[in-house]
Amino acid sequence: MNEMTTIARTTTLKDWETDQEVRWCPGCGDYAILKAVQRTMPEIGTAPENTVFVSGIGCSSRFPYYMETYGFHTIHGRAPAFATGLKLANPDLDIWIVTGDGDGLSIGGNHTMHLIRRNLDCQIMLFNNEIYGLTKGQYSPTSRVGTTSPSTPYGSVDRPAQPAAFALGAGARFVARGFDVSKELPNVLKAAHAHKGAAFIEIFQNCIVYNKDVFEDFAAPKGAEDRQLWLKQGEPMLYAKGTRGIALDAEALHLKTVDVVDGDWEAAGVIVHDVTNRSVAHMLVEMRFGEFPMALGVLYDDPRPTFEADVVRQNKAAAEGKKADLQGLLKKGQTWTVTESGPEL
Amino acid sequence: MATAVEDRADGERQSPLSDAVVVRFAGDSGDGMQLTGGQFTLSSALAGNDFATFPDFPAEIRAPQGTLFGVSAFQINFGSSAIDTAGDAPDVLVAMNPAALKTNVPQLKQGGLIIADEGEFNDRNLAKAKYEANPLDDGSLAKWQLLKLNISQLTMDAVKPFGLGNKEALRCKNMWTLGLALWMFDRDRQPLIDWLNAKFAKAPDLAAANVAALNAGHAYGETAELAGPLKQHHVDPAPAAPGLYRTLTGAEGIALGLVAGAQLAKLPMFFGGYPITPASAILHHLSRLKEYDVTTFQAEDEIAAICSAIGASYGGSLGVTSSSGPGIALKGEAMGLAIMTELPLVIVNSQRGGPSTGLPTKTEQSDLYQAVYGRNGDAPMPVVAARSPGDAFECAIEAVRIAVQYMTPVMLLTDGYIANAAEPWAVPDLTTYEAFPVEFLTEVPEGGFKPYGRDEKLKRPWVKPGTPGLLHRIGGIEKELDTGHINYAPGNHQAMTDIRKDKIDGIKVPDQVVELGAEGGKLAVVGWGSTFGPIHQAVRRKRAEGEDVSHVHIRHIWPLPANLGALLKSYDRVIVPEMNTGQLKTVLRDQYLVDAKPVNKVSGQPFTIAEIEAAIEEALG
Repeated sequence: MNEMTTIARTTTLKDWETDQEVRWCPGCGDYAILKAVQRTMPEIGTAPENTVFVSGIGCSSRFPYYMETYGFHTIHGRAPAFATGLKLANPDLDIWIVTGDGDGLSIGGNHTMHLIRRNLDCQIMLFNNEIYGLTKGQYSPTSRVGTTSPSTPYGSVDRPAQPAAFALGAGARFVARGFDVSKELPNVLKAAHAHKGAAFIEIFQNCIVYNKDVFEDFAAPKGAEDRQLWLKQGEPMLYAKGTRGIALDAEALHLKTVDVVDGDWEAAGVIVHDVTNRSVAHMLVEMRFGEFPMALGVLYDDPRPTFEADVVRQNKAAAEGKKADLQGLLKKGQTWTVTESGPEL
Repeated sequence: MATAVEDRADGERQSPLSDAVVVRFAGDSGDGMQLTGGQFTLSSALAGNDFATFPDFPAEIRAPQGTLFGVSAFQINFGSSAIDTAGDAPDVLVAMNPAALKTNVPQLKQGGLIIADEGEFNDRNLAKAKYEANPLDDGSLAKWQLLKLNISQLTMDAVKPFGLGNKEALRCKNMWTLGLALWMFDRDRQPLIDWLNAKFAKAPDLAAANVAALNAGHAYGETAELAGPLKQHHVDPAPAAPGLYRTLTGAEGIALGLVAGAQLAKLPMFFGGYPITPASAILHHLSRLKEYDVTTFQAEDEIAAICSAIGASYGGSLGVTSSSGPGIALKGEAMGLAIMTELPLVIVNSQRGGPSTGLPTKTEQSDLYQAVYGRNGDAPMPVVAARSPGDAFECAIEAVRIAVQYMTPVMLLTDGYIANAAEPWAVPDLTTYEAFPVEFLTEVPEGGFKPYGRDEKLKRPWVKPGTPGLLHRIGGIEKELDTGHINYAPGNHQAMTDIRKDKIDGIKVPDQVVELGAEGGKLAVVGWGSTFGPIHQAVRRKRAEGEDVSHVHIRHIWPLPANLGALLKSYDRVIVPEMNTGQLKTVLRDQYLVDAKPVNKVSGQPFTIAEIEAAIEEALG
């Protein structure tokens, strides 16, 4: 989010709710994410009229209709492209892109990659439910191998994409993870908003109809401490109430889990989270759940100049000292004047 | 120095040169023929001739040297009366190698002049051009006049004092040839010398060598005592209104017209594009015009290009995207969204031969169906078609006007021929254009804010995100009347579909005029786009012969001018020449139940005047 554009405004959750009837299935994780966003917006302190939610197509993409802001529900997979034009037309707008695993990584994977690579200043919330919901349950690019669905009655055979790894590979300067009902989600959203540039947030979201409880293995409240690693800047990577941690196997150059005895994490070699360490970020996004806990929170945050700022700067520099004299421009090139006595240069 | 001039054996030789002359420069891709043609064009302008040009180059960037598919040609038609086309058959063919001769000589007018660089007609090049014997020696060119010159050697001799390497020295060949052409048509060399000195300001040796080559070519014509074909020929200036003129290509016309349109609308312009032949030139032109409040964005693909433009329009800019057939196909879904969300947008289609990748560098008019009908759902969209580079400027302004005054995407059709061809253009006075400044809605109007409320033109309000008090959501799902909320109700969809259709049908476009001839009569030749030139000339010639034939040329393809149906019905017969298999013909038949007869050509080359004349003769019976 751009500094100059932060129009401070005191709002409440109610100010961010529309009068539209929410049409997600009862129990859908999208409800929790919507509430988290509506609750977070007043804390961020921006003005609703300066905020635009841009979405593609899919369950998640209905999101803009429920936010009392400007909103554009576009076409399948292309939200990043609309957002790019919008932001270049008006860099002062605060743009949130809402997409899903199918929208953002399958049909729109190309645009997601280029949005991140260019580093357009916006927040990208990718709701990952590992399934196509709105088209009634086909497997998606993030579905696990063996997912049975109407289009894969014998189970899917292709390996899933990993959204956070994809984003980092595309050059993301901010990568975070959260899940729908997590109390930490507003903090993740705030961090994403505070980051200048493309902030990619993978939000695990429970599809209660077609892929119910697929994230329960790490998201279930019971035993969550053992299965979730919430990353905090400057703090050691500890979980399981501080009894386990993440360390670097320096010889094999990969991460490993270690036991922490009597809270002495330093002795166990536990890494302190540095959000600007890109090498560690690459290892965190690749950390396989099961062998490891699920890495959540802000995995990586190291801003770079944004696309729209560079475009504006270049446009200004190129226009510097030049007059927008269109009549003069028409006269440029190979010209000649016809007079009574004939043409001349 | 091997120079020979061979006259035709029989005595029927036509004098190839008259008031209007067609010259075709043809050579290898690396021979600089486009540059030679461009400079000869400027020289024609300065001589006061009217002219039209046709660059004809291969799809390959640097095709293997000497091959048939690597031939690049530039044709110019110049004369002392109005010139509307690049000319049917050349009077003069300059062939820089065997491949250029082979691919271009069939079009040469009977009795026309071939100037061939004998130095390039060696065994290797003859083999590459698939000649079994040297055509310069075997008499196979007997129906034309042949002038064999060792241009390569003559150029090497001319530039010797400048110590260039062999390769660099030979690159001056095109200037030697240009010098000879300047002499042939009694042209002033000085502007070209000035141009060369400016172009090679940083390399004075190269400048001097090129000037020497130019002078040598000119001197060759001047001093060589030649019998036969090589005679100096002066073409008188064509009458032209006093004023400032420039050469203009269609791509320049579109780019400048878009900038002018945005200024008249008082909007910043956002151009989202993706490289594609022959549309890229528009992106290139606009990317240098930052001081005119133009932002250009080279997107990751055609879809992102149009979507970013729609996003920019949503943000309050004039969104523009541009492509050619295959790219336009990819943009189809997004056009539907622009129609549904009723946002202004200009989509430029520089048509090329299709389907699929088709003929990227050749011209065709086969995207009319795509423009008028090519979207899912009932998705009406205005379509404007440019007839020439100068007209492209006017059409671009018209497309912007319709887009912002009716809140709709508009397709602007041009084609590869217009995009690359140059013509003289009387620079217009911008103060004579009526501005159409956009008024954004900034406050809640009386009676409340309705995002899909409408004015008398059925236009909905344009609200920029960032405006307090007017927060709303738009999208591709069917909109509710007035509120713009999601609404799937049967009656609502019927009403909204009707409104979208009525809005486009109600766009005010100027009445159709008759370009040449009269309303009513035996025959109307109805055209659109770049066929203007050959149709106009053919109708002019036939009328001079006393035939009752008129020329009608349609700019507003959709919606069609209100008087067009009655106009077409005022003729006994209607023929529609198109570079497709009959697309406008189908639209006219559908709209007016007129018995429009197709005249079609899809060879990748423009119609010749003779072809249209033949069609007129056939139609008149």
